[in-house]
Amino acid sequence: MFFRNIITSKMEALIEIFGYSFFQNALIASVLASISCGIIGTYIVSRRMVFVSGGITHASFGGIGIAYFAGINPVIGALVFAVLAAFGVEYFTKKADMRNDSVIAMLWSFGMALGIIFIFLTPGYAPNLMTFLFGSILTIDTSDLTALFFLTVIISVIFILFYRLILFVSFDEQFSITRKAPVSLVNYVMIGLVALTVVLNIKIAGIILVISLLTIPQNAANLFTHKFDRIIYFSVLTGFTGSFSGLLISYYLNIPSGATIIFSLIIIYLLLRLIKFIKTKSARG
Amino acid sequence: MKKLFEIKDVDTGYGDVRVLRNINFTVKEKDFVGIIGPNGGGKTTLLKLILGLLKPYKGEVVYYFNDMPGVRNANIGYLPQFNETDKKFPVSVRDVVMSGLIPARKIFNRYSPGEKSKADELIERLGMREKRDVSIGELSGGELQRVFLARAIVSSPALLILDEPGTYVDNRFENELYELLRVLNDDMAILLVSHDLGIISAYVKTIACVNTYLTYHDSNVITAEELSIYNCPVDVITHGKVPHRVLQEHNNK
Repeated sequence: MFFRNIITSKMEALIEIFGYSFFQNALIASVLASISCGIIGTYIVSRRMVFVSGGITHASFGGIGIAYFAGINPVIGALVFAVLAAFGVEYFTKKADMRNDSVIAMLWSFGMALGIIFIFLTPGYAPNLMTFLFGSILTIDTSDLTALFFLTVIISVIFILFYRLILFVSFDEQFSITRKAPVSLVNYVMIGLVALTVVLNIKIAGIILVISLLTIPQNAANLFTHKFDRIIYFSVLTGFTGSFSGLLISYYLNIPSGATIIFSLIIIYLLLRLIKFIKTKSARG
Repeated sequence: MKKLFEIKDVDTGYGDVRVLRNINFTVKEKDFVGIIGPNGGGKTTLLKLILGLLKPYKGEVVYYFNDMPGVRNANIGYLPQFNETDKKFPVSVRDVVMSGLIPARKIFNRYSPGEKSKADELIERLGMREKRDVSIGELSGGELQRVFLARAIVSSPALLILDEPGTYVDNRFENELYELLRVLNDDMAILLVSHDLGIISAYVKTIACVNTYLTYHDSNVITAEELSIYNCPVDVITHGKVPHRVLQEHNNK
Protein backbone atom coordinates (compact mmCIF):
# COMPACT_ATOMS: atom_id res chain seq x y z
CA MET A 1 0.00 0.00 0.00
CA PHE A 2 2.73 2.38 1.06
CA PHE A 3 4.85 1.66 -2.03
CA ARG A 4 1.86 1.91 -4.28
CA ASN A 5 1.20 5.37 -2.89
CA ILE A 6 4.76 6.42 -3.60
CA ILE A 7 4.58 5.06 -7.15
CA THR A 8 1.22 6.74 -7.74
CA SER A 9 2.50 10.06 -6.49
CA LYS A 10 5.60 9.76 -8.69
CA MET A 11 3.41 8.96 -11.67
CA GLU A 12 1.21 11.91 -10.93
CA ALA A 13 4.24 14.18 -10.71
CA LEU A 14 5.45 12.81 -14.04
CA ILE A 15 2.09 13.40 -15.70
CA GLU A 16 1.95 16.83 -14.12
CA ILE A 17 5.20 18.04 -15.66
CA PHE A 18 3.90 17.13 -19.12
CA GLY A 19 1.35 19.86 -18.52
CA TYR A 20 3.99 22.60 -18.28
CA SER A 21 4.64 24.39 -21.54
CA PHE A 22 8.41 24.59 -20.92
CA PHE A 23 8.44 20.82 -20.60
CA GLN A 24 6.34 20.32 -23.73
CA ASN A 25 8.76 22.58 -25.60
CA ALA A 26 11.70 20.59 -24.31
CA LEU A 27 10.03 17.36 -25.38
CA ILE A 28 9.37 18.64 -28.91
CA ALA A 29 12.95 19.95 -29.04
CA SER A 30 14.36 16.56 -28.16
CA VAL A 31 12.30 14.91 -30.92
CA LEU A 32 13.49 17.47 -33.50
CA ALA A 33 17.07 17.30 -32.24
CA SER A 34 17.09 13.51 -32.46
CA ILE A 35 15.89 13.58 -36.07
CA SER A 36 18.19 16.36 -37.31
CA CYS A 37 21.24 15.08 -35.43
CA GLY A 38 20.40 11.47 -36.31
CA ILE A 39 20.54 12.20 -40.05
CA ILE A 40 23.36 14.77 -40.16
CA GLY A 41 25.37 12.86 -37.54
CA THR A 42 25.29 9.72 -39.68
CA TYR A 43 26.68 11.78 -42.55
CA ILE A 44 29.54 13.27 -40.53
CA VAL A 45 30.44 10.04 -38.75
CA SER A 46 30.50 8.06 -42.01
CA ARG A 47 32.62 10.69 -43.75
CA ARG A 48 34.90 11.09 -40.71
CA MET A 49 33.97 14.77 -40.43
CA VAL A 50 33.47 14.86 -36.66
CA PHE A 51 36.43 17.16 -36.11
CA VAL A 52 35.24 19.49 -38.90
CA SER A 53 31.85 19.72 -37.25
CA GLY A 54 33.42 20.40 -33.85
CA GLY A 55 35.41 23.23 -35.43
CA ILE A 56 32.33 24.74 -37.06
CA THR A 57 30.45 24.62 -33.74
CA HIS A 58 33.18 26.45 -31.85
CA ALA A 59 33.73 28.96 -34.66
CA SER A 60 30.08 29.97 -34.29
CA PHE A 61 30.92 31.43 -30.86
CA GLY A 62 32.53 34.36 -32.71
CA GLY A 63 29.13 35.14 -34.21
CA ILE A 64 27.49 34.94 -30.78
CA GLY A 65 30.00 37.45 -29.37
CA ILE A 66 29.57 39.92 -32.24
CA ALA A 67 25.78 39.60 -32.03
CA TYR A 68 25.85 40.46 -28.32
CA PHE A 69 28.06 43.46 -29.07
CA ALA A 70 25.78 44.63 -31.90
CA GLY A 71 22.65 43.91 -29.90
CA ILE A 72 21.11 41.38 -32.30
CA ASN A 73 19.88 37.82 -31.76
CA PRO A 74 22.95 35.66 -30.92
CA VAL A 75 21.49 32.70 -32.84
CA ILE A 76 21.61 34.74 -36.07
CA GLY A 77 25.25 35.62 -35.41
CA ALA A 78 26.07 31.98 -34.69
CA LEU A 79 24.32 30.82 -37.88
CA VAL A 80 26.23 33.29 -40.07
CA PHE A 81 29.58 32.37 -38.52
CA ALA A 82 28.96 28.64 -38.64
CA VAL A 83 28.00 28.69 -42.32
CA LEU A 84 31.01 30.89 -43.19
CA ALA A 85 33.33 28.59 -41.23
CA ALA A 86 31.83 25.53 -42.92
CA PHE A 87 32.30 26.95 -46.43
CA GLY A 88 35.76 28.16 -45.40
CA VAL A 89 36.86 24.66 -44.39
CA GLU A 90 35.44 23.20 -47.60
CA TYR A 91 37.08 25.88 -49.76
CA PHE A 92 40.52 26.02 -48.15
CA THR A 93 41.05 22.29 -47.96
CA LYS A 94 40.00 21.70 -51.57
CA LYS A 95 41.29 24.78 -53.37
CA ALA A 96 44.12 26.21 -51.34
CA ASP A 97 45.60 22.77 -50.72
CA MET A 98 45.95 23.30 -46.96
CA ARG A 99 45.94 20.57 -44.35
CA ASN A 100 42.35 19.90 -43.38
CA ASP A 101 42.91 19.58 -39.62
CA SER A 102 45.06 22.71 -39.45
CA VAL A 103 42.37 24.79 -41.19
CA ILE A 104 39.81 23.46 -38.71
CA ALA A 105 41.98 24.22 -35.67
CA MET A 106 42.55 27.80 -36.85
CA LEU A 107 38.86 28.49 -37.53
CA TRP A 108 37.93 26.82 -34.25
CA SER A 109 40.19 28.98 -32.10
CA PHE A 110 39.68 32.15 -34.17
CA GLY A 111 35.92 31.94 -33.61
CA MET A 112 36.29 31.35 -29.89
CA ALA A 113 38.80 34.23 -29.59
CA LEU A 114 36.49 36.66 -31.42
CA GLY A 115 33.59 35.61 -29.21
CA ILE A 116 35.54 36.17 -26.00
CA ILE A 117 36.81 39.59 -27.15
CA PHE A 118 33.37 40.88 -28.19
CA ILE A 119 31.59 39.57 -25.11
CA PHE A 120 34.23 41.29 -22.99
CA LEU A 121 33.70 44.55 -24.94
CA THR A 122 29.92 44.37 -24.60
CA PRO A 123 28.90 46.67 -21.74
CA GLY A 124 27.00 45.05 -18.89
CA TYR A 125 25.93 41.48 -18.49
CA ALA A 126 25.58 39.03 -21.39
CA PRO A 127 22.28 37.23 -20.78
CA ASN A 128 22.01 33.53 -21.69
CA LEU A 129 25.75 33.22 -22.28
CA MET A 130 25.84 30.04 -20.21
CA THR A 131 22.95 28.64 -22.28
CA PHE A 132 25.08 28.90 -25.41
CA LEU A 133 28.12 27.35 -23.79
CA PHE A 134 26.44 24.50 -21.93
CA GLY A 135 22.93 24.27 -23.36
CA SER A 136 19.60 24.41 -21.61
CA ILE A 137 16.80 22.43 -23.20
CA LEU A 138 14.29 23.54 -20.54
CA THR A 139 14.56 27.20 -21.54
CA ILE A 140 14.08 26.58 -25.27
CA ASP A 141 11.47 28.97 -26.73
CA THR A 142 9.01 28.93 -29.61
CA SER A 143 11.30 30.74 -32.06
CA ASP A 144 14.10 28.19 -31.40
CA LEU A 145 11.59 25.40 -31.93
CA THR A 146 10.28 26.91 -35.17
CA ALA A 147 13.81 27.20 -36.58
CA LEU A 148 14.66 23.66 -35.52
CA PHE A 149 11.40 22.40 -37.01
CA PHE A 150 12.05 23.92 -40.44
CA LEU A 151 15.64 22.67 -40.43
CA THR A 152 14.46 19.14 -39.59
CA VAL A 153 11.92 19.25 -42.42
CA ILE A 154 14.52 20.55 -44.92
CA ILE A 155 17.08 17.90 -43.93
CA SER A 156 14.50 15.11 -44.11
CA VAL A 157 13.25 16.21 -47.54
CA ILE A 158 16.78 16.53 -48.94
CA PHE A 159 17.68 13.07 -47.66
CA ILE A 160 14.50 11.49 -49.00
CA LEU A 161 15.00 12.99 -52.47
CA PHE A 162 18.78 12.73 -52.82
CA TYR A 163 19.66 9.85 -50.51
CA ARG A 164 21.65 7.84 -53.03
CA LEU A 165 23.48 10.81 -54.48
CA ILE A 166 24.56 11.91 -50.99
CA LEU A 167 25.55 8.35 -50.08
CA PHE A 168 27.59 7.79 -53.26
CA VAL A 169 29.37 11.15 -53.16
CA SER A 170 30.23 10.58 -49.49
CA PHE A 171 31.51 7.10 -50.16
CA ASP A 172 33.76 7.90 -53.13
CA GLU A 173 34.20 11.49 -54.19
CA GLN A 174 36.72 10.81 -56.95
CA PHE A 175 34.58 8.15 -58.55
CA SER A 176 31.53 10.43 -58.37
CA ILE A 177 33.48 13.16 -60.20
CA THR A 178 34.30 10.69 -62.97
CA ARG A 179 30.55 10.04 -63.24
CA LYS A 180 30.01 13.81 -63.60
CA ALA A 181 27.93 13.93 -60.41
CA PRO A 182 27.53 17.42 -58.87
CA VAL A 183 30.11 16.61 -56.18
CA SER A 184 31.03 20.07 -55.01
CA LEU A 185 27.38 21.16 -54.89
CA VAL A 186 26.61 18.16 -52.67
CA ASN A 187 29.62 18.92 -50.46
CA TYR A 188 28.68 22.59 -49.99
CA VAL A 189 24.99 21.90 -49.34
CA MET A 190 25.84 19.17 -46.86
CA ILE A 191 28.44 21.15 -44.94
CA GLY A 192 25.96 24.03 -44.86
CA LEU A 193 23.38 21.70 -43.32
CA VAL A 194 25.98 20.50 -40.81
CA ALA A 195 26.55 24.13 -39.78
CA LEU A 196 22.82 24.85 -39.41
CA THR A 197 22.28 21.62 -37.46
CA VAL A 198 25.00 22.24 -34.91
CA VAL A 199 23.95 25.86 -34.34
CA LEU A 200 20.24 25.14 -33.92
CA ASN A 201 21.06 22.30 -31.52
CA ILE A 202 23.40 24.45 -29.41
CA LYS A 203 20.48 25.39 -27.13
CA ILE A 204 20.10 21.71 -26.30
CA ALA A 205 23.61 20.65 -25.39
CA GLY A 206 25.74 23.79 -25.69
CA ILE A 207 28.69 24.62 -27.94
CA ILE A 208 31.01 22.43 -25.94
CA LEU A 209 28.83 19.31 -25.89
CA VAL A 210 26.64 19.45 -29.01
CA ILE A 211 29.04 17.37 -31.11
CA SER A 212 28.23 14.33 -28.99
CA LEU A 213 24.55 14.49 -30.10
CA LEU A 214 25.91 13.90 -33.60
CA THR A 215 28.34 11.10 -32.76
CA ILE A 216 27.27 8.99 -29.76
CA PRO A 217 23.93 7.74 -31.22
CA GLN A 218 25.63 6.90 -34.54
CA ASN A 219 28.40 4.95 -32.89
CA ALA A 220 25.83 3.10 -30.80
CA ALA A 221 23.93 2.28 -34.00
CA ASN A 222 27.13 1.19 -35.72
CA LEU A 223 27.53 -1.54 -33.09
CA PHE A 224 24.54 -3.34 -34.58
CA THR A 225 24.30 -2.29 -38.22
CA HIS A 226 26.61 -1.25 -41.05
CA LYS A 227 23.95 0.23 -43.31
CA PHE A 228 23.76 3.98 -43.74
CA ASP A 229 19.95 4.21 -43.62
CA ARG A 230 19.64 1.91 -40.63
CA ILE A 231 22.26 3.91 -38.75
CA ILE A 232 20.03 6.95 -39.30
CA TYR A 233 16.87 5.27 -37.93
CA PHE A 234 18.68 3.72 -34.99
CA SER A 235 20.42 7.02 -34.15
CA VAL A 236 17.14 8.93 -34.13
CA LEU A 237 15.75 6.40 -31.66
CA THR A 238 18.85 6.31 -29.44
CA GLY A 239 19.18 10.09 -29.59
CA PHE A 240 15.59 10.53 -28.46
CA THR A 241 15.90 7.98 -25.65
CA GLY A 242 19.05 9.73 -24.44
CA SER A 243 17.73 13.25 -24.59
CA PHE A 244 14.35 12.39 -23.08
CA SER A 245 15.80 10.45 -20.17
CA GLY A 246 18.47 13.13 -19.69
CA LEU A 247 15.72 15.73 -19.66
CA LEU A 248 13.78 13.91 -16.91
CA ILE A 249 16.88 13.25 -14.80
CA SER A 250 18.01 16.85 -15.07
CA TYR A 251 14.54 18.07 -14.07
CA TYR A 252 14.25 15.85 -11.01
CA LEU A 253 17.82 16.18 -9.77
CA ASN A 254 17.99 19.84 -10.76
CA ILE A 255 21.30 19.51 -12.62
CA PRO A 256 22.31 21.05 -16.01
CA SER A 257 20.30 19.46 -18.80
CA GLY A 258 22.94 19.52 -21.56
CA ALA A 259 25.48 17.59 -19.53
CA THR A 260 22.81 15.17 -18.26
CA ILE A 261 21.66 14.37 -21.80
CA ILE A 262 25.22 13.61 -22.91
CA PHE A 263 25.74 11.54 -19.77
CA SER A 264 22.66 9.41 -20.43
CA LEU A 265 23.68 8.99 -24.11
CA ILE A 266 27.04 7.64 -22.95
CA ILE A 267 25.32 5.28 -20.48
CA ILE A 268 23.06 4.03 -23.30
CA TYR A 269 26.10 3.53 -25.52
CA LEU A 270 27.90 1.53 -22.84
CA LEU A 271 24.79 -0.59 -22.17
CA LEU A 272 24.44 -1.37 -25.88
CA ARG A 273 28.12 -2.28 -26.02
CA LEU A 274 27.58 -4.64 -23.12
CA ILE A 275 24.55 -6.20 -24.86
CA LYS A 276 26.59 -6.68 -28.03
CA PHE A 277 29.44 -8.22 -26.02
CA ILE A 278 27.08 -10.70 -24.34
CA LYS A 279 25.37 -11.47 -27.66
CA THR A 280 28.59 -12.24 -29.53
CA LYS A 281 29.86 -14.27 -26.57
CA SER A 282 26.74 -16.41 -26.37
CA ALA A 283 26.68 -16.78 -30.16
CA ARG A 284 30.16 -18.27 -29.97
CA GLY A 285 28.80 -20.66 -27.35
CA MET B 1 37.24 2.65 -85.71
CA LYS B 2 35.97 5.87 -84.20
CA LYS B 3 38.12 7.92 -81.88
CA LEU B 4 36.91 8.00 -78.25
CA PHE B 5 39.18 10.77 -77.08
CA GLU B 6 42.32 12.55 -78.05
CA ILE B 7 44.97 14.18 -75.86
CA LYS B 8 46.78 16.96 -77.72
CA ASP B 9 50.13 18.38 -76.54
CA VAL B 10 49.14 18.23 -72.88
CA ASP B 11 51.27 19.14 -69.85
CA THR B 12 49.72 18.41 -66.46
CA GLY B 13 50.58 17.69 -62.83
CA TYR B 14 49.91 18.77 -59.26
CA GLY B 15 50.51 22.38 -58.23
CA ASP B 16 54.01 23.33 -59.37
CA VAL B 17 55.01 19.78 -60.16
CA ARG B 18 54.70 19.00 -63.86
CA VAL B 19 54.28 15.21 -63.93
CA LEU B 20 53.43 14.78 -67.61
CA ARG B 21 54.83 16.71 -70.57
CA ASN B 22 53.90 16.93 -74.22
CA ILE B 23 51.41 14.10 -74.10
CA ASN B 24 49.81 13.07 -77.39
CA PHE B 25 47.56 10.03 -77.12
CA THR B 26 44.48 8.83 -78.95
CA VAL B 27 42.21 5.96 -77.99
CA LYS B 28 39.71 4.45 -80.41
CA GLU B 29 36.79 2.06 -80.01
CA LYS B 30 37.83 -1.52 -79.09
CA ASP B 31 41.37 -0.51 -78.22
CA PHE B 32 42.99 -2.41 -75.36
CA VAL B 33 45.95 -0.35 -74.24
CA GLY B 34 48.35 -1.41 -71.51
CA ILE B 35 49.93 1.52 -69.72
CA ILE B 36 53.32 0.77 -68.24
CA GLY B 37 56.09 2.83 -66.72
CA PRO B 38 58.12 3.26 -63.53
CA ASN B 39 56.59 4.30 -60.22
CA GLY B 40 56.15 8.06 -60.18
CA GLY B 41 56.34 8.13 -63.96
CA GLY B 42 52.79 9.49 -64.27
CA LYS B 43 50.57 6.47 -65.05
CA THR B 44 47.86 7.36 -62.54
CA THR B 45 48.22 11.04 -63.45
CA LEU B 46 47.47 10.16 -67.07
CA LEU B 47 44.31 8.32 -65.98
CA LYS B 48 43.22 11.29 -63.87
CA LEU B 49 43.71 13.57 -66.86
CA ILE B 50 41.53 11.32 -69.05
CA LEU B 51 38.88 11.06 -66.29
CA GLY B 52 38.73 14.84 -65.95
CA LEU B 53 40.03 14.78 -62.36
CA LEU B 54 43.02 16.87 -63.46
CA LYS B 55 43.05 19.81 -65.84
CA PRO B 56 45.77 20.30 -68.48
CA TYR B 57 48.30 23.15 -67.91
CA LYS B 58 48.59 23.39 -71.66
CA GLY B 59 47.07 21.55 -74.61
CA GLU B 60 43.63 19.92 -74.50
CA VAL B 61 41.73 16.68 -74.09
CA VAL B 62 38.96 16.22 -76.65
CA TYR B 63 36.20 13.67 -76.09
CA TYR B 64 34.15 12.25 -78.94
CA PHE B 65 31.63 10.34 -76.80
CA ASN B 66 28.93 12.91 -77.48
CA ASP B 67 29.01 12.20 -81.19
CA MET B 68 28.01 8.61 -80.58
CA PRO B 69 24.38 7.61 -80.42
CA GLY B 70 23.24 6.79 -76.90
CA VAL B 71 26.58 7.52 -75.28
CA ARG B 72 27.12 10.33 -72.83
CA ASN B 73 30.19 12.26 -71.91
CA ALA B 74 30.09 10.71 -68.44
CA ASN B 75 30.38 7.26 -69.84
CA ILE B 76 33.80 6.22 -68.65
CA GLY B 77 34.01 3.30 -66.24
CA TYR B 78 36.75 3.66 -63.63
CA LEU B 79 38.35 1.15 -61.30
CA PRO B 80 40.55 3.17 -58.93
CA GLN B 81 43.60 1.92 -57.09
CA PHE B 82 42.55 -0.41 -54.33
CA ASN B 83 43.72 1.45 -51.25
CA GLU B 84 41.81 4.66 -51.85
CA THR B 85 38.49 3.75 -50.21
CA ASP B 86 37.32 3.88 -46.62
CA LYS B 87 36.47 0.27 -45.82
CA LYS B 88 34.55 1.28 -42.68
CA PHE B 89 32.04 3.32 -44.69
CA PRO B 90 28.53 1.94 -44.07
CA VAL B 91 27.48 0.92 -47.58
CA SER B 92 26.34 -2.40 -49.03
CA VAL B 93 27.72 -4.29 -52.03
CA ARG B 94 24.59 -3.66 -54.06
CA ASP B 95 24.64 0.07 -53.30
CA VAL B 96 28.28 0.34 -54.39
CA VAL B 97 27.47 -1.36 -57.70
CA MET B 98 24.43 0.88 -58.21
CA SER B 99 26.61 3.94 -57.58
CA GLY B 100 28.17 3.21 -60.97
CA LEU B 101 24.91 4.52 -62.47
CA ILE B 102 24.93 8.06 -61.03
CA PRO B 103 23.86 10.36 -62.50
CA ALA B 104 23.35 8.80 -65.90
CA ARG B 105 19.59 8.65 -65.37
CA LYS B 106 18.83 11.29 -62.80
CA ILE B 107 20.07 12.43 -59.46
CA PHE B 108 16.93 11.33 -57.63
CA ASN B 109 16.68 7.99 -55.90
CA ARG B 110 14.71 5.79 -58.21
CA TYR B 111 16.44 3.39 -60.53
CA SER B 112 14.57 1.62 -63.27
CA PRO B 113 13.95 -2.10 -62.77
CA GLY B 114 16.22 -2.67 -65.78
CA GLU B 115 19.13 -0.93 -64.07
CA LYS B 116 18.51 -2.84 -60.87
CA SER B 117 18.44 -6.19 -62.60
CA LYS B 118 21.57 -5.27 -64.53
CA ALA B 119 23.38 -4.54 -61.28
CA ASP B 120 22.15 -7.83 -59.79
CA GLU B 121 23.16 -9.73 -62.91
CA LEU B 122 26.70 -8.35 -62.69
CA ILE B 123 26.89 -9.18 -58.99
CA GLU B 124 25.83 -12.71 -59.85
CA ARG B 125 28.29 -12.96 -62.74
CA LEU B 126 31.15 -11.94 -60.47
CA GLY B 127 30.13 -14.57 -57.91
CA MET B 128 29.00 -12.11 -55.25
CA ARG B 129 25.30 -13.02 -55.03
CA GLU B 130 25.37 -14.24 -51.45
CA LYS B 131 27.16 -11.09 -50.32
CA ARG B 132 24.84 -8.68 -52.10
CA ASP B 133 23.54 -7.05 -48.93
CA VAL B 134 26.75 -7.30 -46.94
CA SER B 135 28.59 -4.08 -46.09
CA ILE B 136 31.94 -3.60 -47.81
CA GLY B 137 33.89 -3.75 -44.56
CA GLU B 138 33.19 -7.48 -44.38
CA LEU B 139 34.69 -8.31 -47.79
CA SER B 140 38.13 -9.64 -48.62
CA GLY B 141 40.42 -7.68 -50.93
CA GLY B 142 39.52 -9.82 -53.94
CA GLU B 143 35.79 -9.54 -53.28
CA LEU B 144 35.99 -5.78 -52.90
CA GLN B 145 37.87 -5.54 -56.19
CA ARG B 146 35.05 -7.51 -57.89
CA VAL B 147 32.51 -5.09 -56.48
CA PHE B 148 34.48 -2.11 -57.78
CA LEU B 149 34.80 -3.76 -61.18
CA ALA B 150 31.03 -4.26 -61.27
CA ARG B 151 30.56 -0.59 -60.35
CA ALA B 152 32.90 0.41 -63.19
CA ILE B 153 31.07 -1.56 -65.91
CA VAL B 154 27.42 -1.42 -64.75
CA SER B 155 26.78 1.67 -66.91
CA SER B 156 28.07 -0.14 -70.05
CA PRO B 157 30.72 2.52 -70.64
CA ALA B 158 32.41 3.10 -73.98
CA LEU B 159 35.74 3.24 -72.19
CA LEU B 160 36.91 1.28 -69.15
CA ILE B 161 39.90 2.50 -67.15
CA LEU B 162 41.61 0.22 -64.61
CA ASP B 163 44.39 1.30 -62.27
CA GLU B 164 46.47 -1.69 -61.13
CA PRO B 165 43.47 -4.04 -60.77
CA GLY B 166 45.71 -7.01 -59.96
CA THR B 167 47.01 -5.62 -56.68
CA TYR B 168 45.71 -7.24 -53.47
CA VAL B 169 43.64 -9.87 -55.28
CA ASP B 170 44.00 -13.62 -55.26
CA ASN B 171 45.52 -15.36 -58.29
CA ARG B 172 42.29 -17.09 -59.22
CA PHE B 173 40.37 -13.83 -59.45
CA GLU B 174 43.24 -12.16 -61.28
CA ASN B 175 42.98 -14.69 -64.09
CA GLU B 176 39.18 -14.43 -64.16
CA LEU B 177 39.48 -10.67 -64.23
CA TYR B 178 41.71 -10.59 -67.30
CA GLU B 179 39.58 -13.16 -69.12
CA LEU B 180 36.54 -11.02 -68.34
CA LEU B 181 38.32 -7.94 -69.68
CA ARG B 182 38.93 -9.79 -72.93
CA VAL B 183 35.18 -10.41 -73.24
CA LEU B 184 34.32 -6.84 -72.26
CA ASN B 185 36.73 -5.55 -74.88
CA ASP B 186 34.21 -6.55 -77.58
CA ASP B 187 31.96 -3.75 -76.31
CA MET B 188 34.33 -1.19 -74.86
CA ALA B 189 37.82 0.18 -75.15
CA ILE B 190 40.03 -0.61 -72.17
CA LEU B 191 42.97 1.24 -70.61
CA LEU B 192 44.86 -0.91 -68.15
CA VAL B 193 47.63 0.32 -65.89
CA SER B 194 49.82 -2.51 -64.70
CA HIS B 195 53.26 -3.20 -63.36
CA ASP B 196 52.95 -6.69 -64.64
CA LEU B 197 54.49 -6.97 -68.10
CA GLY B 198 53.39 -10.60 -68.33
CA ILE B 199 49.77 -9.55 -68.05
CA ILE B 200 50.32 -6.68 -70.41
CA SER B 201 51.76 -8.78 -73.20
CA ALA B 202 49.25 -11.61 -72.71
CA TYR B 203 46.08 -9.54 -72.92
CA VAL B 204 46.53 -6.06 -74.33
CA LYS B 205 46.65 -5.07 -77.99
CA THR B 206 48.93 -2.06 -77.75
CA ILE B 207 51.19 -0.48 -75.16
CA ALA B 208 51.80 3.06 -73.93
CA CYS B 209 54.96 3.74 -71.95
CA VAL B 210 54.57 6.64 -69.55
CA ASN B 211 57.60 8.26 -67.94
CA THR B 212 56.95 12.01 -67.95
CA TYR B 213 56.60 11.63 -71.73
CA LEU B 214 54.36 9.11 -73.42
CA THR B 215 55.56 6.70 -76.08
CA TYR B 216 52.93 4.69 -77.91
CA HIS B 217 53.84 1.22 -79.12
CA ASP B 218 51.48 -0.23 -81.69
CA SER B 219 51.91 -3.89 -80.68
CA ASN B 220 51.71 -6.00 -77.54
CA VAL B 221 55.28 -7.23 -77.76
CA ILE B 222 57.87 -4.89 -76.49
CA THR B 223 61.54 -5.66 -76.07
CA ALA B 224 63.83 -4.55 -73.32
CA GLU B 225 65.83 -2.54 -75.88
CA GLU B 226 62.71 -0.69 -76.92
CA LEU B 227 61.85 -0.02 -73.29
CA SER B 228 65.24 1.54 -72.70
CA ILE B 229 64.95 3.61 -75.88
CA TYR B 230 61.58 4.84 -74.61
CA ASN B 231 63.28 5.77 -71.34
CA CYS B 232 60.72 3.56 -69.66
CA PRO B 233 62.30 1.24 -67.08
CA VAL B 234 59.80 -1.24 -65.60
CA ASP B 235 60.00 -4.29 -63.40
CA VAL B 236 59.47 -7.48 -65.33
CA ILE B 237 57.26 -9.86 -63.32
CA THR B 238 55.58 -12.96 -64.65
CA HIS B 239 53.17 -15.45 -63.13
CA GLY B 240 53.41 -19.12 -64.01
CA LYS B 241 49.70 -19.78 -64.36
CA VAL B 242 48.86 -16.86 -66.60
CA PRO B 243 49.40 -17.40 -70.30
CA HIS B 244 52.31 -15.12 -71.00
CA ARG B 245 55.23 -14.29 -73.18
CA VAL B 246 58.66 -13.94 -71.72
CA LEU B 247 60.27 -10.81 -72.99
CA GLN B 248 63.71 -10.66 -74.41
CA GLU B 249 66.55 -9.75 -72.12
CA HIS B 250 69.46 -7.45 -72.67
CA ASN B 251 72.39 -9.35 -74.19
CA ASN B 252 74.94 -6.56 -74.26
CA LYS B 253 76.95 -7.37 -71.12
